[in-house]
Amino acid sequence: MEVGLKKEKNMVFEETELRLGLGLGLPGNGAAATEAEGVRKRGFSETETETTTVDLMLNLSPKESVAADGADPRDQPKTSPKEKTLLLPDPAKPPAKAQVVGWPPVRSFRKNMFAAQKSSGEESEKNSPNASFVKVSMDGAPYLRKVDLKMYKSYPELSDALGKMFSSFTIENCESQGFKDFMNESKLMDLLNSSDYVPTYEDRDGDWMLVGDVPWEMFVESCKRLRIMKGKEAIGLAPRAVEKCKNRS
Amino acid sequence: MEESSAKAEQVLENVLETVLHFLTSRRDRNAASLVCKSWYRAEALTRSDLFIGNCYAVSPRRATGRFPCLRSLNIKGKPRFADFDLMPPDWGAHFSPWAEALAQSYPSSLRSLHLKRMSLTDGDLTLLSHSLPLFQDLLLTSSEGFTTAGLAALASNCALLRVLDLVECLVHVHDDVVDWISSFPDTHEHTRLESLVFDCVDCPVNFDALERLVARSPSLRRLRLNRYVSMAQLHRLMHRAPHLTHLGTGSFSASELDPEPDYASAFAASKSLVCLSGFREIWPEHLPAIFPACANLVSLNFSYADINADQLKSVIRHCHKLQTFWVLDSVCDEGLQAVAETCKDLRELRVFPVNAREEIEGPVSEVGFEAISRGCRKLQSILFFCQRMTNAAVVAMSNNCPDLVVFRLCIIGRYRPDAETQEPMDEGFGAIVMNCKKLTRLAVSGLLTDRAFGYIGTYGKLIRTLSVAFAGDTDLGLKYVLEGCPNLQKLEIRDSPFGDGALRSGLHHFYNMRFLWMSSCKLTRQACQEVAQTLPHLVLEVINSEEHKADDIGILYMYRSLDRPRDDAPKVVTILH
Repeated sequence: MEVGLKKEKNMVFEETELRLGLGLGLPGNGAAATEAEGVRKRGFSETETETTTVDLMLNLSPKESVAADGADPRDQPKTSPKEKTLLLPDPAKPPAKAQVVGWPPVRSFRKNMFAAQKSSGEESEKNSPNASFVKVSMDGAPYLRKVDLKMYKSYPELSDALGKMFSSFTIENCESQGFKDFMNESKLMDLLNSSDYVPTYEDRDGDWMLVGDVPWEMFVESCKRLRIMKGKEAIGLAPRAVEKCKNRS
Repeated sequence: MEESSAKAEQVLENVLETVLHFLTSRRDRNAASLVCKSWYRAEALTRSDLFIGNCYAVSPRRATGRFPCLRSLNIKGKPRFADFDLMPPDWGAHFSPWAEALAQSYPSSLRSLHLKRMSLTDGDLTLLSHSLPLFQDLLLTSSEGFTTAGLAALASNCALLRVLDLVECLVHVHDDVVDWISSFPDTHEHTRLESLVFDCVDCPVNFDALERLVARSPSLRRLRLNRYVSMAQLHRLMHRAPHLTHLGTGSFSASELDPEPDYASAFAASKSLVCLSGFREIWPEHLPAIFPACANLVSLNFSYADINADQLKSVIRHCHKLQTFWVLDSVCDEGLQAVAETCKDLRELRVFPVNAREEIEGPVSEVGFEAISRGCRKLQSILFFCQRMTNAAVVAMSNNCPDLVVFRLCIIGRYRPDAETQEPMDEGFGAIVMNCKKLTRLAVSGLLTDRAFGYIGTYGKLIRTLSVAFAGDTDLGLKYVLEGCPNLQKLEIRDSPFGDGALRSGLHHFYNMRFLWMSSCKLTRQACQEVAQTLPHLVLEVINSEEHKADDIGILYMYRSLDRPRDDAPKVVTILH
């Protein structure tokens, strides 16, 4: 069994060849794409091109396939002559960027440990442009955690990650149901009146705000640290949060 | 006349049994059992420790039938590549049939059970806890299927429990977590506990119950906590158990709000500590606390500690006696150089990657690798993940560290050549097999041609375990190995262009092997069928996913077996015969 670059039918054709574009709106499961499908399942999406046409090749010999981005399958920075002669005509070697199952051979519990943490020798105050570490504390939890806000692209992603990090500590609190969707204002107000946990953050001005009141990018820039507190305690933050919003807009 | 000869035989058997009691090595015992029938019988009656390298090589009934008096049993299940999600999750290695057989056959003798890569249920653990009153030692490595309920059953029912070690297991902790620590009988009597390892049980524990348990376990020498135990709690436990030899520190993290106890004095007071691990959520500021213990440390596991070179240096310069060191590559080449300068007695090194993606550069490289080889001449075992490597550095290690028994180099970028010369990595690995004459385990990586396998076949005469990924050019590569390595027992290959011809070249040797794994190679079903028919005691399991055509082989997992092929395989597994 070989999973590798199959010859894609979406090729670079010379002008003299006929290409019949049927515009059938096929989602790529049509005949032309069946070989590419196996490739897709292994996550080779960078080398595919979207197609809604069926290419009929009339009495023409197939050309050599070229990956959409023209990359050498092995994506090496330098290629020596020796290496080129080792290229098999039908390589079982996927492009270097593709995610490969089980490679490298690191056990999943090790991989998961560090999914959210990158190596950083600096304290959270000195952040490189690529990382934005802030301390996260949760009322009642025995120790602090750190998160890199730049790892996430939206509030739900952050909420998810925080929920996973601290979910264990909500087991004893039977009232808590973990994190709620805090982009909805009325839900937020409900939250503040309950004893569920609410995420708050300290911004650059030193004020404590409710998480979710500003656009995500603004939040990442201004957040200095996070604190997950009981909803009842966060009640005082709501009016300030609203006022700050008014000042910004 | 006949009666006296029968008596003489009986005396001989008694003498034999008495003598065989002194044979402990299983290889010696296997050899003794082959001498003749009466030796076979005597050996079977006197074997107390049984090792089964593949749970499907022999049925529970056959094992219990042959050996009536077992005190300890060691069973291994899934092949190692299952750890990397290459096998369907329900593939097998079920412990239940064994649990039933053990409960029935050894109620008054079995004391110790060691399982690796097996699938156990809470029911299995509960059965054992009820059926084996003398049960003392349970060691579960890389196993799964059970929950805290199973642990609670062990804690409640095994009055003589001495060792409960859970290493790298996947314990289901999402529904109905049971407070298993509280299940140990909470009396004023002392427990027999000597070892409690639960760092992989990923849920909070009842700390008060844990503290009381530790306080009434005067024999406790090994304690490895999970990440839900804070530094303040660790401090209290260390105070309760000052004679610990092996300590897993838990999170090694503290809330800023807690007043800080004097952690360093706790470590200074633990004068017996030789092995430290844990550091699951480490606050590097607390590292100085362990300095007092460093001079005695023989083993240090920092492989969950995201620390940099300077932080490591502050610790490692005290660790003159260190023999085993596991660490993350966050310490960089500079950190490894510091290890090389201080740890002259180092025997085993493992360097794990923080970032497991394929990148052009990484924090460790041939520089740190070579520094280790120059500083740690007694090195016996190395596992090293990196993004770049050179043949020169590997050759240097082969010359500097001739005692190497285990050499596992993982260049994360597939097909990556020598970073300086752009040559394949053949010469480096060739030097390893040539110069390290005690080598029994080898894992290769990087750009490798058939030449590398030629070296392995020519020089790797003692190799028992070989791990290959994304390597080689033609069938010749695998042929060299199968024809050249007479001691090969475990061969795992993935994504390499070896096909039917190569497979056939191993027919003379497959009965001597524990298993062969070949995934994403170039085998055909027909060739596998041929092998299955030629060697009837081999079981050939073929695992294909939907995208495979019927003739292709996704995964071939092949092993010898004394019994009929198993009947507990999931649908996705086809057993050829």
